[in-house]
Amino acid sequence: MSNDVLVLAEHQEGRLLETSFELLGKARELADAWGGKVVAVLLGAPDAAAELSAADSVVSCEHPSLAGYNPEAYERALVEILRERDPRLVLFSTTTAGLDLSGAVSVHLRAALVSYVVALSAEGDNALATARIYGGKLLAEVELSGPRSVGAVISGSFPAAFGRAGGTPEVARVDLGHVLGDLRITVTSVVAPEAGDVDITAAELLVSVGRGIGSKDNIELVEELADALGAPLAASRPVVDQGWLPKSRQVGKSGHTVKPKVYLMLGISGAPEHLEGMADAELVIACNTDPAAPVFDVADYGTTLDLFDIADELTRAVKA
Amino acid sequence: MRVVVALKQIPDLVEELELASGGTDVDREFLKFVLNEFDDQALEEALCLKESAGGEVTVVAFDEPDADRTLYTALAKGADRAVKLVGVGEGWLSGHRRAGLLASFLGNAAFDLVLTGVQAADDLDGQLPALLGARAGLPHVSVVVRVELDGPRAKVSQELGGGTVAEEEVQLPAVLGIQTARQAPRYVSISRYREIQQAGGIEEVEIQSSADEPDTYRLRRLFPPDTAGHAEMLTGTPAEVAERIAELIRSKGLVKS
Ligand SMILES: Cc1cc2nc3c(=O)[nH]c(=O)nc-3n(C[C@H](O)[C@H](O)[C@H](O)COP(=O)(O)OP(=O)(O)OC[C@H]3O[C@@H](n4cnc5c(N)ncnc54)[C@H](O)[C@@H]3O)c2cc1C
Ligand SMILES: Nc1ncnc2c1ncn2[C@@H]1O[C@H](COP(=O)(O)O)[C@@H](O)[C@H]1O
Repeated sequence: MSNDVLVLAEHQEGRLLETSFELLGKARELADAWGGKVVAVLLGAPDAAAELSAADSVVSCEHPSLAGYNPEAYERALVEILRERDPRLVLFSTTTAGLDLSGAVSVHLRAALVSYVVALSAEGDNALATARIYGGKLLAEVELSGPRSVGAVISGSFPAAFGRAGGTPEVARVDLGHVLGDLRITVTSVVAPEAGDVDITAAELLVSVGRGIGSKDNIELVEELADALGAPLAASRPVVDQGWLPKSRQVGKSGHTVKPKVYLMLGISGAPEHLEGMADAELVIACNTDPAAPVFDVADYGTTLDLFDIADELTRAVKA
Repeated sequence: MRVVVALKQIPDLVEELELASGGTDVDREFLKFVLNEFDDQALEEALCLKESAGGEVTVVAFDEPDADRTLYTALAKGADRAVKLVGVGEGWLSGHRRAGLLASFLGNAAFDLVLTGVQAADDLDGQLPALLGARAGLPHVSVVVRVELDGPRAKVSQELGGGTVAEEEVQLPAVLGIQTARQAPRYVSISRYREIQQAGGIEEVEIQSSADEPDTYRLRRLFPPDTAGHAEMLTGTPAEVAERIAELIRSKGLVKS
C-alpha cells in the first residue's frame, strides 16, 4: 500500500470538469497529511494534463476506445492503473462516470467504498468521511481505515480553488491497449440537448416546481403565479420525467445549471442532484410541508405551508 | 428476452427518520417502507421491453419490510415471476453484500438482462448497478433513460449530465441502472392487486451469504445535518407568508409595484 491519493480527472471533450479540481484540492490536503502523492488519471484527453498542476503526477492514457466516455473502457483502464499504483484512496465525483466506476473499482480492488461524500478529512492514518443519505435527511460518519478505499464525492462539496494550485506534474503516458480489446460496450453517438422554448439559465427570477405539485393539472396553478411574477417556470426532474413540463425546464445534475437572483422552490425536497443545478442562486425561498425536508438546509427563507395556498396568495399579492 | 429486475425497499422519506439505539441505523420498527422509486422505473422499463419484444420479467427482492406488497404489485403490473430472497437476516444490507447475494442468485438463473434503479436513498457504499455488474462479471451501464433490444445487444441511452446523452450498444447479458423509464410507472387497481395477492405466487429462495466479502468501512454514527445553515422560517397565515415572499422578491428589484 502507498499513501497516495488518486483522482479521476473527468473531462468532456477535453475540457476538465470543475469537479475534477474539487477532488484534486481535497486529494492534495489528504496526501500531504499522509505523506503521499497526488495522482491524477486522465483518460483520452492528453492535452489537459498541464492543467492538472495540483497533482504530483498525471497518468495519461490515449486509445480510440477512450476518445469519449465508454463505461467499460474506463473501468478496464482504471483498474489496470490502480493495480499498478495501488493508492490508499481513490476519489470520484458522483457523476455518471462516478456512478459507473466507483462501485466497480471497489469490487475489483476489494476496497471499501463510501458514496455521496460531502466532507473528508485525514484522521491520523485513516480517512474520515461524511456522506449524505436518505435524501439528505441524515449524514453518516464513516471511518476508512483499510489499505484501500474509494470515495464518490457530491459535486460542490470542496472548493475547486485548491485544485488549481500551480506545480509541474510529471506526466506518465501509459499504453493500455492490451486491456482495451474486445469491449462489450460501444458508444455509437453522443447527443447534445436540444434548445427549449425558454432559456431558464438566463432568468433572474425562477419559480421552480417539484413533485409536491401532485399532478399535471395542478401545473396551471403555478403557471399563473409564474406569469404574475413574469418569471419562467422551472422544475425538478420527476416533474419533467412525468411529462408535466418539458426537459428544457429541468434544473439539476442532468438538467440546467441556473443562477437566478431569486429561486422560489415549491414542493421540492432538496435532493443533491437538484441542488447541484441551483447552488449559485442568490436568494432561495422554499415552500415544503415537511419541516425536515433537506431543502431548508440550503434555503434562505422557508415555509411549511401548503404550496397551493402559497401559490394562490402569492399570485394575489403580486397582482395587487 | 429474460429480464430480471432487482427491487429494494427503502424507508419512506416523507416520514420522520428516527435513529435506532446505537445510532448506526434508522429505527426500522416503526418506519413505513416503500419501493425505491428508481427501481419502480426499472420495473416499468422491463415491462415495456416485454410488451415490445416479448419475453419474461422476473422481479427479485430481499425479505425486507413490505417486500410482499412490492412483489405482488409487480405481478399485478405484468411481471411473470416474483422471487423473495430469504435467510439474510434483518437490518440494513450494505450495497456490497446485496450485490454479492444477488450475483449468487443470478448464478443459478437464466437471464439476458438485469435492470435495477440507478441509485437508492440508502446507498451508503455504492450503487447496485455497478456493484452487481462488477461482481457478476457483466458489462454494466448506469443512468440509463432508454433501453431497446437489438438481437444479442441492447441499445441504451446513458445520460452524461447537463442533458447530454450517449447512445451505446451493450452486449448481453448486461446490468443496467435505470434512471427513468420511457413512460411513467403504471398503476394497478386495488381489485387487480387483491386478485393477484389471493393467488399467492411469490417464490421464496433461500440465499447463502458468501464469506468472501470485500473490505468495508466502519460506520461510526448517523446524525441529522446541523441546523446552522437552516432557512429562516416564515410563519403566519398563507396571505401573510405570501406577502413576506413578495417583499423578498421585490427587495431584489424583481417585481414592480
Ligand atoms: C443521476 C441522477 C441525476 C439526477 N438529476 C436530477 C436533476 O437534474 N434535477 C432534479 O431535480 N433531480 C435529479 N435527480 C433526481 C433526484 O435524486 C430527486 O429524485 C429529485 O430531485 C426529487 O424531486 P422533488 O424534490 O421534486 O421530489 P420529492 O423528493 O418527491 O419531493 C417532493 C416534496 O414536496 C413536498 N410536498 C408535497 N406536497 C406538498 C404541498 N402540498 N406543499 C408543499 N410541499 C409539498 C414533500 O414534502 C417533498 O419534500 C437525479 C437523480 C439521479 C440519480
Ligand atoms: N490547504 C488546503 N488544501 C486543500 N483543501 C483545503 C485546504 N484548506 C481547507 N481545505 C478544504 O476546503 C474546505 C473548506 O475549508 P474551510 O474554508 O477551512 O472551511 C474543507 O473541505 C477543507 O478541508
